[in-house]
Amino acid sequence: MSKLKVVHYINQFFAGIGGEEKADYKPEVREGVVGPGMAFNKKFGDDAEIVATVICGDSYFNENLEEAKAKVIEMVKEYDPDLFMAGPAFNAGRYGVACGTITDAVKEELNIPVITGMYEENPGADMFKKSVHIVETRNSAAGMRKAVKSMAPLAVKLAKGEEIGSPEEEHYMPMGVRKNYFAEKRGAERAVDMLVKKLKGEEFKTEFAMPDFDRVDANPAVKDLSKSKVALVTSGGIVPKDNPDHIESSSASKYGKYDISDFNNLTEETHETAHGGYDPVYANEDSDRVLPVDVLRDLEKEGRIGELHKFFYTTTGNGTAVASSKAFAEEFAKELVADGVDAVILTST
Amino acid sequence: MVKEIERAGIPVVHMCTVVPISKTVGANRIVPTIAIPHPLGNPALDADEEKQLRRGLVEKALEALETEVDGQTVFEA
Repeated sequence: MSKLKVVHYINQFFAGIGGEEKADYKPEVREGVVGPGMAFNKKFGDDAEIVATVICGDSYFNENLEEAKAKVIEMVKEYDPDLFMAGPAFNAGRYGVACGTITDAVKEELNIPVITGMYEENPGADMFKKSVHIVETRNSAAGMRKAVKSMAPLAVKLAKGEEIGSPEEEHYMPMGVRKNYFAEKRGAERAVDMLVKKLKGEEFKTEFAMPDFDRVDANPAVKDLSKSKVALVTSGGIVPKDNPDHIESSSASKYGKYDISDFNNLTEETHETAHGGYDPVYANEDSDRVLPVDVLRDLEKEGRIGELHKFFYTTTGNGTAVASSKAFAEEFAKELVADGVDAVILTST
Repeated sequence: MVKEIERAGIPVVHMCTVVPISKTVGANRIVPTIAIPHPLGNPALDADEEKQLRRGLVEKALEALETEVDGQTVFEA
């Protein structure tokens, strides 16, 4: 039997084209394997082979969603593959969203099996785990070997149209699909067993996990902004020049709180970004492009807002754990409340 | 962070380029911006035009804060 044909999607970084400065790289297709595809091909053995690799910059994909999607689909179609694979993206946010978006689109448009892989906190995971098979990986490329080991066999099964086992067996994220099966014990008995285990404090496994809806309702609108104190918060990593508190360029362990009362405008001399997840050139040139202090000062003078809060809060949202960001904001939100802040503008890159 | 600020009782508007991420994160008031490395600017414009562009976006964010919303709402500029 001939090998199954796979088309692989990767970003500019894994293709070895460049880092953030090349994140606007337009979709390109190359024959054969590039970068991580080599490890996949090895693992596929005689079953499958990567025939082409599509490369696209993460910023380009996310900023030009429709064009990028259409272009990549066209490229994939050329090769008429048995499977389309993207990533793995680990904890790279834009890459994960791109992998999720493009696998979902290829599945819909071309009706071929697809697979991708990423870390569970990657925003792409929540967005697409219900529609495509996403293999759970570690949060950095150090987990590549393990990712290939989980993704390759599942990819082959999907391409062959074989029956897919449970998420635990095949290492993909639960897709919310229920399958009927014959249980040995009836439901009432299983429920009592579970309850007894729970009462004893033993480990038990639910048969129907409740989805984790952590939604917060919107607060009422601000009645009169001209009498309100507005604060700025950013995940774009804007900091005073030279990053005095050494906020990490990714996976931040802290946030900064900085006084802007003396600033009408952020400049190259006074501020920069500590963020390592996007091309910093523009933000370093003029940090107002991420944290609009200049405009808010004008609006303050004109009386459109009552006051721009003395401090802004900042961290780098790049690869930072959800639990950390939550903890940061829980802490500084209390300060914002105590300082009488009426509204917040939060900017993200 | 958006959610924790909202949870603390302060209305918050999220200005970001990748709107689907903002939705996944759970922002209620969302204003789409220009580009990932310069959400509130465009280095291709001259300084005045760029500031005008930024002002338009910030004004949109202020309008969002003044608007009652029921569920996640995107305020297109």
